[in-house]
Amino acid sequence: MTTATSNPETSSAAATEKEKWLRAYRQMVSIRLFEEQVNEVYTRALMPGLAHLYSGEEAVAVGICEALRIDDYITSTHRGHGHCLAKGASPDRMFAELLGKEAGYCRGKGGSMHIADPATGNLGANAIVGGSVGIATGAAFSARALGTDRVAVCFFGEGALGQGSLYEAMNLAQLWKLPVIYVCENNLYNEYTHYTETTAGSILGRATAFGLEAASVDGQDVRAVNEVATRLVKRARSGAGPAFLQCDTYRYSGHHVGDINREYYRSKQEEQHWRTDRDPIKVLSKWLLEQGYADAAALDGITSEVRALMEAAVKFAIAAPYPGVDEVEKHVYA
Amino acid sequence: MPEREITFAQAVREALAEEMRRDSHVCIFGEDVAEAGTPFKVLSGLVEEFGAKRVVDTPISEAGFTGVAVGAAMTGMRPVVDIMFGDFITLTMDQMVNQAAKVHYMSGGHWRVPMVMRTTLGATRRSAAQHSQSLHAWFSHVPGLKVVLPSTPYDAKGLLKTAIRDENPVIFFEDKMMYKLKGPVPEEDYTIPLGVADVKRAGDDITLVATSSMVQVALGAAILLEKEGISAEVVDPRTTWPLDEKTLIDSAKKTSRVIVLDEGYGRYGVTAELAAVIAEGAFYDLDAPVKRMGAMHVPIPFSPPLEDVTVPTEQTVFDAARQLCGKA
Ligand SMILES: Cc1ncc(C[n+]2csc(CCOP(=O)(O)OP(=O)(O)O)c2C)c(N)n1
Ligand SMILES: [Mg+2]
Repeated sequence: MTTATSNPETSSAAATEKEKWLRAYRQMVSIRLFEEQVNEVYTRALMPGLAHLYSGEEAVAVGICEALRIDDYITSTHRGHGHCLAKGASPDRMFAELLGKEAGYCRGKGGSMHIADPATGNLGANAIVGGSVGIATGAAFSARALGTDRVAVCFFGEGALGQGSLYEAMNLAQLWKLPVIYVCENNLYNEYTHYTETTAGSILGRATAFGLEAASVDGQDVRAVNEVATRLVKRARSGAGPAFLQCDTYRYSGHHVGDINREYYRSKQEEQHWRTDRDPIKVLSKWLLEQGYADAAALDGITSEVRALMEAAVKFAIAAPYPGVDEVEKHVYA
Repeated sequence: MPEREITFAQAVREALAEEMRRDSHVCIFGEDVAEAGTPFKVLSGLVEEFGAKRVVDTPISEAGFTGVAVGAAMTGMRPVVDIMFGDFITLTMDQMVNQAAKVHYMSGGHWRVPMVMRTTLGATRRSAAQHSQSLHAWFSHVPGLKVVLPSTPYDAKGLLKTAIRDENPVIFFEDKMMYKLKGPVPEEDYTIPLGVADVKRAGDDITLVATSSMVQVALGAAILLEKEGISAEVVDPRTTWPLDEKTLIDSAKKTSRVIVLDEGYGRYGVTAELAAVIAEGAFYDLDAPVKRMGAMHVPIPFSPPLEDVTVPTEQTVFDAARQLCGKA
């Protein structure tokens, strides 16, 4: 559908389509530039703890979250900044959290690996690999028990395929036909070990064995991710049960920012291949240009706008105060 | 008219039924909880009244359904999970310790986990090493969790109702040897706050601080001691966290001698903590070091004569108390 048409219905559909993919583009650029700032802030020793960057994997979070409503639930991981942003979190409060500031989403008490935000249905990022499969499944149980049509998405890295709790949860979800989607972000590595060294047999087979609807998709193509996510979300919302989606993707940086010398576990050529040929932002921008939805200047404009926003967010977070020490004993109990 | 008496198991069931009638968000997850009503029959009749959507039979997946309960609690339900034997809490540890206990704090107070885990403790049922442990100290150690140890049918009903209404994850340990114990329980709605100890028997010469299964043992020992002219006070903290330090310390100050009894392992256990609280709070009023009595530091053996010596009994408590009072 490259030619313009005078049919008003089609052209408004095209306008919505254009709007949607430009929004997705902006979201992916936001995640990329957010992580660039994290890298910068971390390297300047302004950020305590560890930083696990999502760069390279943007199409997964954005493709999935574009298929969700704001009141749908997600659970996230140690590599979770992308999930939080894609679900609607604002960069300034995220940066504040990363720096341990009171203005952060968790008043500074969660940090990079635990961002949670009820307003966007974010049940929280989890630093236990596979730790949130039960929580996401439980949110899906509530959705059904309370008579809502919400769905829950559980993001996890392929490393979580080694955790038994995933299989317990998938079994329960299928038995009870819960509206939950298990999204496996296969970026090839569990920390510093290639997943083929840790994962026997078939990945999708593990889900189909329980009767889940299972699919795999090119995680660098946001439109492809979104298409299959939309189908699985609709299916779950209608009561047809849980699903498993494997997204093949790649993290550009180290396991965390300090993981610099990586050649003992992966080659520079491999990294270069993904960055050059399979970059999710390039893939989408190429399509947007082909469609005539944007020209290069418009896309550059988005990038500069987002960059300014991220710089402002970092400034806000750096200037924001730490919580008072009396905060330390608050919220142990509700 | 004499007060109605029901068993400990009936009291637990009544608390659940009343709370499920009061609040449609209360639901139960566990193995064989529905038609079977659990192996101990504690839950029989509930699925008939509330249906299989609220009394939910699960696969044998303790980590899985505990995790589901955490997520369900965060999103509007008030689940009560049933872990058939206290020994199986090992399978739920990540969900309870790393998830349930920390969600509220890590989210800066945004999410809450109003759930209850019911499970058992207690030896001498000839169940051997994997079905007899009293592991409540583990949860008592973790900030963010509350731990309840009822010792009578009355306390079981009132404390469980409070636990279900609490906004935090609460672990409720039931002594499996106590399920048939009868006691007065009002038919009407009542609750007992968490963190309030109960003086189960007043006395002047020695304080026996006892939890759960050990309360009945302490009360039995107190009768034996009375015949020796020793007046024992029995104090039941009822919850290890929150802990009513004041009642324990006040009793210790009054009697000046204390034995702490708990069926868990003493080593780094509940008795160690309670003894330390009392020693710190009543040091200048004590006439003897606080004595601890708990399970022996062995896996619980099967053979009856072996198993019986692993936990405190009325006789061993009586002997220890007499010695502490200088009357041995
Ligand atoms: C239960 C548990 N074991 C080990 C770790 C340490 N750890 C943190 S991230 C990680 C690798 C995770 O790999 P994967 O799930 O593929 O996620 P990715 O980092 O690739 O996004 C490990 C082993 C942990 N956080 N939790
Ligand atoms: Mg990985």
